[in-house]
Amino acid sequence: MWSELRALRDGVDLGTPPRDGEPVTLSVDGVPVTVAAGSSVLLAAGIAGCTVPKLCATDTLEPFGSCRVCLVEIEGRRGYPASCTTPVDDGMQVRTNSEMLTKLRRGVIELYLSDFPEGDIDGGWSQLNDTLDQVGVHRLADDHPYRSGANHQSGVLDLSNPYFLFDQAKCIVCSRCVRACEEIQGTFALTIGGRGFGSTVVAGQDESFLDSDCVSCGACVQACPSDALIEKSLFPGGYERADSRQA
Amino acid sequence: MSAPSNMRVFVPCDALSIALGADEVADRLVAEAASRSLDVTVVRNGSHGLFWLEPMVEVEVDGVRHAYGPIDADDVPELLDAGLLEAGPHRTSLGPTHSIPELERQTRLTFARVGVIDPRSLDDYLAHGGFDGLRRALTMAPGDVVGEIETSGLRGRGGAAFPTGIKWRTVLGAPATPKYVVANADEGDSGTFADRMVMEGDPFCLIEAMAIAAHAVGASHGVIYCRSEYPHAIATLEYCIDVAPQHGWLGSGIAGSGLDFDIEVRVGAGAYICGEETSMLESIEGKRGMVRPKPPLPALEGLYGKPTVVNNIITLASVPWILANGGAAYSAHGVGRSSGTLPVQLAGNIRRGGLVEVPFGITVRELIEGYGGGTASGRPARAVQIGGPLGAYFHDGQLDTVLDYEAIAAAGGLLGHGGVVVFDDTIDMAAQARFAMEFCAAESCGKCTPCRIGSTRGVELIDKIVIGERRSADVAQLEELCDVLEHGSLCALGGLTPYPVRSAMQHFPEDFGLGDRNSDQNFEQKVGESN
Repeated sequence: MWSELRALRDGVDLGTPPRDGEPVTLSVDGVPVTVAAGSSVLLAAGIAGCTVPKLCATDTLEPFGSCRVCLVEIEGRRGYPASCTTPVDDGMQVRTNSEMLTKLRRGVIELYLSDFPEGDIDGGWSQLNDTLDQVGVHRLADDHPYRSGANHQSGVLDLSNPYFLFDQAKCIVCSRCVRACEEIQGTFALTIGGRGFGSTVVAGQDESFLDSDCVSCGACVQACPSDALIEKSLFPGGYERADSRQA
Repeated sequence: MSAPSNMRVFVPCDALSIALGADEVADRLVAEAASRSLDVTVVRNGSHGLFWLEPMVEVEVDGVRHAYGPIDADDVPELLDAGLLEAGPHRTSLGPTHSIPELERQTRLTFARVGVIDPRSLDDYLAHGGFDGLRRALTMAPGDVVGEIETSGLRGRGGAAFPTGIKWRTVLGAPATPKYVVANADEGDSGTFADRMVMEGDPFCLIEAMAIAAHAVGASHGVIYCRSEYPHAIATLEYCIDVAPQHGWLGSGIAGSGLDFDIEVRVGAGAYICGEETSMLESIEGKRGMVRPKPPLPALEGLYGKPTVVNNIITLASVPWILANGGAAYSAHGVGRSSGTLPVQLAGNIRRGGLVEVPFGITVRELIEGYGGGTASGRPARAVQIGGPLGAYFHDGQLDTVLDYEAIAAAGGLLGHGGVVVFDDTIDMAAQARFAMEFCAAESCGKCTPCRIGSTRGVELIDKIVIGERRSADVAQLEELCDVLEHGSLCALGGLTPYPVRSAMQHFPEDFGLGDRNSDQNFEQKVGESN
């Protein structure tokens, strides 16, 4: 069943929605590519055939810039801009790989892994798994200093909705569900509560999904890159939270 | 001898002075004057910024103000007995206010009126050059007003030091309307208070500045976003925004010109991140205070997606002087690309804390020792944090660094909003580094991963380093984390947190268990104290 489901997602996600501006030509890793003005560097890279890892970006939602995995280098610009929120420019020269970019992406992924159930990574097929493959990090070493830190591994497990569940232990707080609820469905049932490390996806006024304004449209489930929001039908014997192995 | 008539006695209404008992002093003065049938008016002025002398009482005799301080309410009867109204001698006498050395040596352009005038008096404001800048600006084309700011070399005083003229020029050139002017008064850096002092001590200056900006860029509406921790400033601003339109200084047809512009005060809800300009715009729009990616620049797509000037209070408060006296007169002060003056805020373990407005180019040592008088404890200064909670720590060997954006950056720091916090040799710099990560964790909006998770991991790593079980691995991991924070964060909160952490570790390794204790005298001293 898992591989069949996986095959359904074969289309390339370009990361940000298409735009309709005048054509702009830039180069990504030396490959010339022409896209509409207003497009993101991430989208241009995808069209140029360069895979930039991403988590919070998907081409059905407006760019958000929170995960910091899609960082790139741009000739003549300082720092490492997120390619999803950086619009293309004529003549722009983009590099999607360098020693520093690899280091930064790994550093970000390690932070994610420090608050993610380890038992759910092997054999997983979410977009998070694809990103882990692309970045080349799948678990923290046994003696990694990030182990045994504060985490959300015993956070909320919301089974109230008849069709899908929300497992906070697997939530990477990318806001894709919140944005899908807002941008695609227009229901505004989800938000982020708290701030900083305490930021969590919250339904309604900090209610269960069932008690909130959620209309069970499924847009959030489809948008979730880490299977924190997932169909209950995939777990006929009931859902069991994976061992975090972090503590 | 007849009693002097119609005397003006000044007692500050500034929040710090009130915290030190200024309201009680003022009440006592009014009561004592009444019981002695003295013809005295107690004026509530702003603070001059000489905080170690607050509450400082002044009396105006023959047009000269004489200062006494610090004054306790119980000192009032004896102060009157000593002849306060004739500027008589008293153990708290400081002489003529303008001759107090720490005040006399300053270059007060932005703070020229703060402490001098009654902040709620429009007449007082006008009598001290108020609205001269706006009057001149209104005779000029908008582009020329922007040109004057460009000539002045003024850079953003909120922390980023972006050239104000370029920002205004961008908004002026933006085709979309309406345009907005947003004053950032979410002054959240620990050890800073310059914005508050302007709002409490010279609020019409901010109104004038925003009107000048409105004329320069074509804006029709202004917002002052003030942190809720400043209730006195909020009350004063709201009073002045109510008064100004009644005299034609806000509203339609300002000062008889074609300029229509109004201002509202919006109050924050206690989030440091809302001092970051894009989070502030989200907050004003009624949304969760989360950072927006740039581009688009707020100058082009700011408040409600429209072109917006977002400036810090000190940046704006510098504008009326520049328009009244010319950009060249402003840039005559300062050094290199750091033009004009900077209101520095001296805090922490310092003998004479307060506000010092000086031209760029003086040394950190001159600020701390010359103006500040060294540490309050009398012990040697060990570390100085410049630029707020996200600024780097300087060690005592770096005190001759010049106050200048580029020089401070070259020394590995940043000038930020001009906060200077001094620590003596009893400070534990590992605890300070931990605090920087803790601050980031407490104030992170939670949007980007490096800041959201990384700040908490940073606190944990520093704890592990101090315990020291696997110190070298933990230090290496902290270095990597600092790289991810610095280069990967969405905004300056995560991006700058490595500054205090790395500088503390680099300059004070012994506090992390990383140095050679035998070569460090401070370490010996501390060990001696704790025994």
